[in-house]
Amino acid sequence: MTELLAERGHVFALTGAALIALGFYGFMAQRAVIRRLISFNVIGSGVFLLFGGTGYSAAGVDPVPQALIITGIVVALALTAFAAALAVRLAQGGDRDDGTDDGEAGP
Amino acid sequence: MSLAFDLALCAFILGAAALAVAGRNLFGSVVFYIVYGVLIALAWLSLGAVDVALAEAAIGAGVTGVLLIGAWQGMKEAGALEDSQAPPWPVRLWAALGAALTGGLVITAIIALPGQDGLTRTVADEQGALALGNPVTAVLLGFRAYDTLLETLVLSAALAAVWSLSPERVWGGIPGPKHVSRPDGVMASFGRLLPPLGLLVGVYLVWAGADQPGGAFQAGTVLAAVWILIVLSGLRDEPRVSSLPLRAVIIAGPAVFLGAGLAGALAGQALGYPPGYARTAILIIEYALTVSIAATLALLIAGPARRLS
Repeated sequence: MTELLAERGHVFALTGAALIALGFYGFMAQRAVIRRLISFNVIGSGVFLLFGGTGYSAAGVDPVPQALIITGIVVALALTAFAAALAVRLAQGGDRDDGTDDGEAGP
Repeated sequence: MSLAFDLALCAFILGAAALAVAGRNLFGSVVFYIVYGVLIALAWLSLGAVDVALAEAAIGAGVTGVLLIGAWQGMKEAGALEDSQAPPWPVRLWAALGAALTGGLVITAIIALPGQDGLTRTVADEQGALALGNPVTAVLLGFRAYDTLLETLVLSAALAAVWSLSPERVWGGIPGPKHVSRPDGVMASFGRLLPPLGLLVGVYLVWAGADQPGGAFQAGTVLAAVWILIVLSGLRDEPRVSSLPLRAVIIAGPAVFLGAGLAGALAGQALGYPPGYARTAILIIEYALTVSIAATLALLIAGPARRLS
């Protein structure tokens, strides 16, 4: 284990694995939507850290994983933005679009 | 940096993540998530991946944090903020077992991973053909341009999806609440003081991105932050989402990218660049993308239309 830890990339890769587990727990156990969104993002950055950590060598982090991780960060953001808007819209509820209920607040 | 630093950093990362995922207070969780994002950016810095560190700090911690705070506020106003009571113990037990299993499998996979050389050398060898100094930019806009093109389309699609959540009576209207600030207040001074600096940083990031760390996504995020600051300080209002010029700006980057890809396809290879002009083509695409990404991110944060005037 000490040999494994001696390699820097592995420290971050193992942290990434722990983050995936933590995020998985939050995603399964928590009921609040915002907390699930946070958990989803923790899983995401755990995967990125795992990816970057395993791609680490004496020359630094492999540029191909780096580019794919940047892509991944942006895609995770797109999903988070939509999920957040959806959660708020759902919470506002009762605000029907068919004209029968034009009120600001739901029942 | 030393191994001790890395170990301490990882411990902090895990602690912040645990508090964000399972803390008692929901708003506290959001705050810890932002702290966590900054620590993750530090981890990338420690690994020497400056491009990823910038993206994680700007997008992962910054924009995601703002989105989460916005969602928290919106749900609070709607009176739908769930009280943060702990889930029942069987749920926690099963979730913990599943998490332990998942983490264990991933760790086993990491340990079993065979050593490989990776693609660092291949990229360094081929990078000269694109005349770019930053290997990450070379991969993003050259060797794996396909991924980046689809990613920008995903971003535009997410914006369309967010807009589609607008209530019918304000369809095509203006997103976000109207902000007014006292003319001599802190916000108004910030709104005048910081945007020029932000503009400078944003333009520098995309300018430097070809040869040094930086690029369209990092720069776009900084520029989006500048716009948000201007809106918050009440100097300008958000545009109507039905505005045609606005939609043109949003689609400009992906359109230029797609156009270059199609031109390459006609010349023999999709998303290929003519020899000798690769750098020029990539820079044009990157500048166009920066503007579109800035507009898209700013509007993603503003959310669906909320009012007509």
